[in-house]
Amino acid sequence: MISPLEARYYRRRMPLLWWAHRRSYAIFVLRELSSAFVALFIVELLLLVRATARGPAAYESFLDTMAHPAMIVLNLIALAFVLLHAITFANLTPRAMIVRLRGRRVPSRVVLAGVYAGWLLVTAFLAWLLVAA
Amino acid sequence: MTSPRRVTPEPFVWLMFSAGGVVAALILPVLLVLFGVAIPLGWVEAPDHAHLLAVLRHPLTRLALFGVCALALVHAAHRLRFTVEHTFRLGRYDPAIATVTYGAAAAGAAAAAYLLLTAFG
Repeated sequence: MISPLEARYYRRRMPLLWWAHRRSYAIFVLRELSSAFVALFIVELLLLVRATARGPAAYESFLDTMAHPAMIVLNLIALAFVLLHAITFANLTPRAMIVRLRGRRVPSRVVLAGVYAGWLLVTAFLAWLLVAA
Repeated sequence: MTSPRRVTPEPFVWLMFSAGGVVAALILPVLLVLFGVAIPLGWVEAPDHAHLLAVLRHPLTRLALFGVCALALVHAAHRLRFTVEHTFRLGRYDPAIATVTYGAAAAGAAAAAYLLLTAFG
């Protein structure tokens, strides 16, 4: 028997790699790690802005750096993480946001469809603005 | 009975976290596909410099870009704070970890503001 005092201060010891033992925990940690790649890409984006502001030569040299195989590999990894972030965040929306229309709750499938439609719209607009216009 | 009111920045930070998550999810994938993969691999032609400069010169673009950078950085800082604390059981160092992560996000946001305000003269 342990005393109530001991029970109060008992902390189950967690192994340092507790998250590696189960798939769902590992996905949780991967999702959390995606934020590091979000931050990394923000830095790349700001470097692009700076290079563009500095003139055509700086812009060309930025594009050359981005075309380096190591950068492409890094960006592919970053893309996988950013997509993991985007998909998990989008799928969370119907749970985080209850939409009501004329007093009735809009089904979460409809909310989710709206989220993906909005995402598609933003994506198409940015692609048009940057490379098609 | 009302519980004593504690004023903490946590709700505000969670709000910024959420907003940052939304903008990162909406905007970053297409930019990363374009500038990180499709343009470097030659699938899509890079926008020419004059066009990109014109887009970036527009005040709305710069305002939006600042919002995206600041919110996404706070989002990342918030998540990394808890990732580090939970994954490596470092919760007892929360004040120090929070200072470092939010500090880095604030520094990044300030750098973004400075760049977007001054670089286009």
